[in-house]
Amino acid sequence: MNLITRQTLPYVLILIAGAFAPFLFRDYSNEIAVLWLMILFASTWDILGGQMGYNSLGNIFFFGAGMYICAIVQIGLYYDVGMYTSGARTTHIVFTTAQYFTGFALGTIAAGVGAALLAIVAGWIVLALRGPYFAIGTLGIAIAAAELTASWEWVGAASGISMPVFPYGPETQKIFFYFLLFSLAFVLLVFLRWLYSTNFGLALNAIRDDEEKAEAMGLHTRRYKRTAWAISALFLGMAGAIFGNMTGFIEPRDIAFPTTTFNLYMVVMVLLGGKGTLWGPVIGAVIFHTIKEVTWTYFLGWQFIALGLLIVITIVYFQQGIVGWLTEKYPKVFAARAKREPEPELGAGLAPHPEGAE
Amino acid sequence: MDHILDNISILTAAPVLNIGLLIDGVLIGSIFALAAYGLALVWGVMNVKNLAQGDFIMLGGYITWSLGRHHIDPLLGVPTAFVLLWGIGWVVYRLVVSKVITRDLFTSLLATFGVAIVIQQSLNLAFGPDTQSAHSGLPTLQLAGGLVTVSVTRLLGFGLAVLLALAVIVFMKGSRMGQAIRATAQDSRAARVLGIDTEKVYSFTFCLNAAICGAAGALVALVWNVQPFLGTTYSIRLFVIVTAAGFGNLPAVIAAGFGMGVFEQFGGFLLGAEFQQALIVILLLGVLAVRQWQYLRVRQAVQ
Repeated sequence: MNLITRQTLPYVLILIAGAFAPFLFRDYSNEIAVLWLMILFASTWDILGGQMGYNSLGNIFFFGAGMYICAIVQIGLYYDVGMYTSGARTTHIVFTTAQYFTGFALGTIAAGVGAALLAIVAGWIVLALRGPYFAIGTLGIAIAAAELTASWEWVGAASGISMPVFPYGPETQKIFFYFLLFSLAFVLLVFLRWLYSTNFGLALNAIRDDEEKAEAMGLHTRRYKRTAWAISALFLGMAGAIFGNMTGFIEPRDIAFPTTTFNLYMVVMVLLGGKGTLWGPVIGAVIFHTIKEVTWTYFLGWQFIALGLLIVITIVYFQQGIVGWLTEKYPKVFAARAKREPEPELGAGLAPHPEGAE
Repeated sequence: MDHILDNISILTAAPVLNIGLLIDGVLIGSIFALAAYGLALVWGVMNVKNLAQGDFIMLGGYITWSLGRHHIDPLLGVPTAFVLLWGIGWVVYRLVVSKVITRDLFTSLLATFGVAIVIQQSLNLAFGPDTQSAHSGLPTLQLAGGLVTVSVTRLLGFGLAVLLALAVIVFMKGSRMGQAIRATAQDSRAARVLGIDTEKVYSFTFCLNAAICGAAGALVALVWNVQPFLGTTYSIRLFVIVTAAGFGNLPAVIAAGFGMGVFEQFGGFLLGAEFQQALIVILLLGVLAVRQWQYLRVRQAVQ
């Protein structure tokens, strides 16, 4: 059996690139780790934004929630959280190696599950909203989470939490967290490939194309919407848990719930790469992150203005994204791919950009 | 929890404090109502939800504050901000909004969010992240033996907001352009068929809205304070007001603006100022949840 087919080739390439990158570019392993995080961000955003047509402006909520849940579990297993985060604490707290890894493993699982549960609860509030109301509502959730966490003394309020220290040296730490983020992103990509090929994926597309009709056809749209958001949240929560430990310090406004940085990067990366495709978000993330890392330092304070301009330009002048543009430009390449779809007659219905969709 | 109960008992022990909060709420609410009117206008006419609304307000505020810093009476900031924001609104309309007006709603929402980020970061670079306030040098009235204080600036701001709102309403009812705007809001295609240049109407509406925001921002700088990143809070506030009232219902928008002002004064007093932003956002979620619940009930009848 030939393992390397057209379908598995991208995954094999990613696996090879991901496994060797930190050793080839030692100095940049942190940046590459963040690149995997960006791919996670973009791909999880696209589950709702691209495949289901629900543009969220608050997915960062699950990232931050996962970060805090993990921190609370890690600390709470062995110490009193209120005491640990207290500003008046003078004692030095050390976690043993076993304590660190048990806490981290349990914390990451709890973060994923907790974030998914939060998605179900939040979905109950906002998922029946449509279009811009959904976007504003989710933005509201993210801002509320940041503000409430920032005045919650028990988790350190605005001054945040210093995470338990990684028990081995800085080099091991880098590689450890790099491979965690990489594996999570890889698992997500494999999982999404499978998910979009199932009836569940088709149901999401049906909701995007016409929710009323989908419901009339007997789809329990609310259940699908909630499940899709919970899947997105599961991965974001785990990513948050890992990233929180990687940076070693968490804080509500700029690290856990950064509504105007990471939160917007997700949307911009997906729009840049191409909405509603499997590889669009990945390509968008790679390009966006590379440009950002290479140019950011030259902007000297202007970087966020550049970000705003980038959003405006992408939205206004280049909305079909790179993959969408390629499809238009080289329809043959993509037509060849469309033949491989199990149900080719659905191909037209799966086109990524329904004009005027809300 | 304890300090909330303490604050409630303060309010019940000294009822006159309620009056003070109420007056402040109404005075500040007038500014919210003014800016919410602008948002409802753009929303109704162009079907664009402008997330840069709060940042236009901050721009107006900073214009007024700069005037005050150059020893010009900051009260002149109201007309100055009105005119300057008209121009800025025109630029934003030409470069961004006119390109996304026919696209889906999320596109315009995100595009204006991008504009909002550009504005707030530019303000941050130009004026720094500190909270600023323009001082008009007007006295504060002491009522009820000093328990209730009303600043003359706030009264004046209230008067100006009402005056401006009246002017806009008269303009919308009376002038040809106002008629054209209302016709476009009702049915843009029919308006085009009847010879109205809807492109011009859109451009005018957006500029008018930006100018209203500029004037509202000037008042904010006078009676309150401005800070580059406060814009988003204002946008959300206005969005809450318009969503709660429904954008076609102008008296309700104005009433909701006052309601928001009063709600915030009491909420801020009871919970403490650090919860102010969270309070507004939670109010947003509450309003959206109620709207969704109404929507679900309608669908139930259909099923």
